[in-house]
Amino acid sequence: MPVFPKATPNATAAPRVNRRRFLVDGAALGCCLAASPLLTPVSFAATPSDARLVVIILRGGMDALDVIQPYGDPAYAALRPGLAGGPDHGGLDLDGYFALHPGLAGLMPMWHADQLAFVQAVSTPYRNKRSHFDGQDVLEAGTPGVHQSRDGWLNRLLQILPGSEARTAFAIGQEDMKLLHGAAAVSQWSPDAALALSPQAERLAALMTEGDPLFHGALAEALELTRDASSVSGGQTGQSGGAGRRPPHQRIADYAAQQLRGDSRIAAFSINGWDTHNRQARTLTRSLGRLADSVLALQAGLGPSIWDKTTVIAVTEFGRTVRENGTGGTDHGTGGAMMLAGGAVRGGRVFGQWPGLAEADLLDRRDLMPTGDVRSYMGWALHATMGVSLADLRDHVFPAVELDSNPGIIRE
Amino acid sequence: MQFDGELAEIRFGCGLSARHRPPSGLEDMLAGLTAADTAAQDWPIAGFDVALKEARTYVLARRAQQKAAGTDAFEAQNSALKAQRGRLLDLRASWFQARLLRCATTDTPFRERLTLFWADHFTAQGKVPALRYSASPYVETSLRPRISGRFEDLLIAAVTAPLMLHYLDQHRSTGPNSPRANRVAKRRGQDIGLNENLAREVLELHTLGVDGPYDQTDVRQLAELFTGLGYSMREGFTFRPGWAEPGPETVLGQTYGAGSPELDAVLDALRDLARHPATAQHIARKLAVHFVSDTPDTQLVAHVAARFAKTGGDLRQVYAALIEHPAAWHPELANVKPPFAYLASVCRAFDAEGRAVAALNRLDTNRLFLRPMQAMGQRWEFAAGPDGWEEADAAWITPQALAARIRWCMDAPQNLLGTLPDPGQAAQVALGQQLDGRLRFVVSAAETRREGVGLLLASPTFQRR
Repeated sequence: MPVFPKATPNATAAPRVNRRRFLVDGAALGCCLAASPLLTPVSFAATPSDARLVVIILRGGMDALDVIQPYGDPAYAALRPGLAGGPDHGGLDLDGYFALHPGLAGLMPMWHADQLAFVQAVSTPYRNKRSHFDGQDVLEAGTPGVHQSRDGWLNRLLQILPGSEARTAFAIGQEDMKLLHGAAAVSQWSPDAALALSPQAERLAALMTEGDPLFHGALAEALELTRDASSVSGGQTGQSGGAGRRPPHQRIADYAAQQLRGDSRIAAFSINGWDTHNRQARTLTRSLGRLADSVLALQAGLGPSIWDKTTVIAVTEFGRTVRENGTGGTDHGTGGAMMLAGGAVRGGRVFGQWPGLAEADLLDRRDLMPTGDVRSYMGWALHATMGVSLADLRDHVFPAVELDSNPGIIRE
Repeated sequence: MQFDGELAEIRFGCGLSARHRPPSGLEDMLAGLTAADTAAQDWPIAGFDVALKEARTYVLARRAQQKAAGTDAFEAQNSALKAQRGRLLDLRASWFQARLLRCATTDTPFRERLTLFWADHFTAQGKVPALRYSASPYVETSLRPRISGRFEDLLIAAVTAPLMLHYLDQHRSTGPNSPRANRVAKRRGQDIGLNENLAREVLELHTLGVDGPYDQTDVRQLAELFTGLGYSMREGFTFRPGWAEPGPETVLGQTYGAGSPELDAVLDALRDLARHPATAQHIARKLAVHFVSDTPDTQLVAHVAARFAKTGGDLRQVYAALIEHPAAWHPELANVKPPFAYLASVCRAFDAEGRAVAALNRLDTNRLFLRPMQAMGQRWEFAAGPDGWEEADAAWITPQALAARIRWCMDAPQNLLGTLPDPGQAAQVALGQQLDGRLRFVVSAAETRREGVGLLLASPTFQRR
C-alpha cells in the first residue's frame, strides 16, 4: 500500500495508518486528564511557529470561471451566455482581466488591502473521471493519484511539525475531514455538538462514568469544550448577536478563530454547496456568501495581530466545465481556482498561468486546462509561513509534488 | 462453564429486552443462524435487482432532463427526476428502518450481528447518485444469505457483487493487452488499462490481511486476473472476456487462467485465497476483536483460526469456536457499541413499536436516527474507506461523538416512545445483572424522568457490550 509515512521508511511494511486514528488520539487526550491542556495549563514553548493556517475545503467542485471571471478572455462571453460575468454583468473588477463574482463582494476591502488573492487554472493531479468522491480523496490525501493513502496531508504535516500536539490542529464541524486523518493527534469539535446538561445531570454523569476513564475523560472534555464554545458569543469576535443566532457556517469560523487565538495553529473545515449543475446563478451566490462570511468571521475573530500571521486557503476538488450546460449550470470539470486570504498573503493579485479558453486550449475540449498543482501552491505556503522544508514537503506532505519555482503567494 | 444468556444477548446479540428470552445455550445461538430468517420476512429489504432497476430509472430520468434543457418539456422532466431522487431517499429510509428493526425485534440477534460484521468486512458504497443508497440491497442479496456458509462462497459473492465492482473501480479495469484496450488505442489513440483497487483490497482487507504474505507483484497479477469482471445496470454482474488480459497470471505462486479468459479462473483464485492460512488468521482476529475486545486473548484467536483452517472456512463452525472459548465470556463489558448498534439496542430495550418506526417518513428518520448517527461519527453505510468502521473503542468515544450520544439519549426516547418508562425499571430491563448500585443510584437520583432515562442510556454500562 503506497503510504508516505515519515517514521517508517519501509512503506510496504508500514502498518496501516488508521483512517480514524485522529479520533482515537483525540480521545486518548481526553482520557488522560492530566495531559489535557484544558484542565492543566501547559506551556506551548515548543509550538511549531506563530503562523496560523486555515484550510477550507469547498466540497462539490467550485466553478472557477464564475467566481474569478476571466472577462478579458475573448472566448469567455460566448461560453457563458446565461452565466455572464465581468464588470458589465455585476462582476467586481480585480485587475482589468478578471472580475470577482458579486457573491464575494464582502471581501473586496480585503482585496484592496492586499490580503486576498486567487490562483486560477489549478487542480489536484486527479484527472479524467471527475468524481466528487475520488476528487476529494486526492485533494485531502495530497497524493498524486487516487487511493494512494488513507491519511491526509495536513496530518502528515503535523507529524513533522516540531512541538505539535493534539490541540495544534482542529477539525471543526460535522463533516469528516479526511485531510486530518492519520497518526498525529488532532482535536475535533463542532459548535453544534454543545452538550447542555442540568447541573444535577452533569454531576450524576460524572459519577456514573467514574470507573471508566475513556467515558469520564471524553465527558469532561465535551463539557469543557461546550463552555469554551459558548464563550465565543461573548462579543470577542466583534460581531453582533449571540452564537445561537449566527448561522452554522459562521459559528464554525468563530470557533476556529477562538481556537487559533489560543494554542491552536491549524484549523480545517468544510463549506458545501458548490455542485452547481442547475441554476448556478442562485446556488453559487449562496455558497459564496457563506465563504465570504466565514473569512470575515475569521478576520474579526482573530483580531489584527493574529490575522496578520494567518493564511486561509480555500480549495475545491475540481473546477467545472467551461461551457454552461442546458440547465443554467455547469458540470464537473478539471481546472479550477483556489482562494488565499489573510495578513500573511501577498494579496491583491490573481496568480497562476492562464491557459486561455479557446477550444484548442481546453482539456478534452471541455475543461479549463490546469496549469498548476494546488498542492504546489499549498506547499509553498507551508514553506513560507511554517518553515517546512521543500524536501519534507516533497517526501511526506505532498508526495512527488513539483516545487521548482516559488510563486510568491506569501508576503516576505 | 456456566452459560450466561444475558451476556450472550449483550455481547453477541443486540442487547437485552423485556420481550425476548436470552438464548439457552451455545447450541441455541448457533441454531438461530440456520433457522428460518423471520427477521428478514418481518422487515423486508429489496434485493439488488430492485436497486439496479431504480438506479436505471434514475439515470434515464436524468438523461431525459438534460436532453429537455431549454425546451418546454424541461419542467416535466425535471420533476420526474426529482421524484425519482425522492423515491431513492424514501427507499433508503425504509431499508434503514428495516435494518434497525431487525436488530430491535429479532429472536436470533446473533444473525443480525454477523450480518453487520460481514457488511463491514465487505464494505461497498455507491459513488454515483444512482447507486448511492444501494448498500442495503447489496448486503441483502450478496452477503446475508451466506453468512453461515463457507467463507469462499461469501467472498465470491462479495467480490462479484456489482456494487463492489463499482465501488473499487473494477468495472473500469481493462487488461492492457485485451481486445478492448487494443481497439481503444487504435480508435482514440488512448491507452486504457488496469485498475488495481479491488485486487489490492481483496488481498489486504478481504482475505490475507495487510500483514499477509503478498507483495506488489501479487496485487498486479490478481488485478490482471480480475479484468473482465464487470456489471451493467440492465443485467447486473457480467464477465466480459474482451476486457480481460490474455495469458496466465500467478498469484502467491499459483498460476491461473492459462487458457482463454474465463470466470472460473478468477473463482479458483478467490477460493485459494479464502482457504489460505493467513486468511484464517485474519478473519479469526477480526471476529475476536469485533465481538470480544479490542485486544483479544491470543489463544481465542488461535482457536478460531484453527477451526477456520480445519473446516476450510465453514463459518458456522468458526462461530462455534468463537463462542465456545472461555476467553469470549469475560464478565466485564468491553467493546463500545458503534452508533447503529447503540441506537438499535435502545429500540430493543424499550420495545419501541416497530410499526411506528417503520411508519416514520424519511425526514423524521433523518432527524431521529441518521443525522444523530452522523454526529456520533457514523454516516450510515458510508464508512470513510473500504476498511469499514473503526473497531477501537476510543474511536467512538471522542468528546464530540459522546456529546452527540448523550444529546440523543436525552431527547430521542421521548420522541420515539411518546411516554417514557420509569427509569429504574427501564434500567433493570436494559442492563439485567450488569446494573450495579452506583448506576441504580444515578438513575434514581435524576431530577426528571427524561434525565433518568437519558443517563441510563448514556452510561458506559449500556454503551459497552
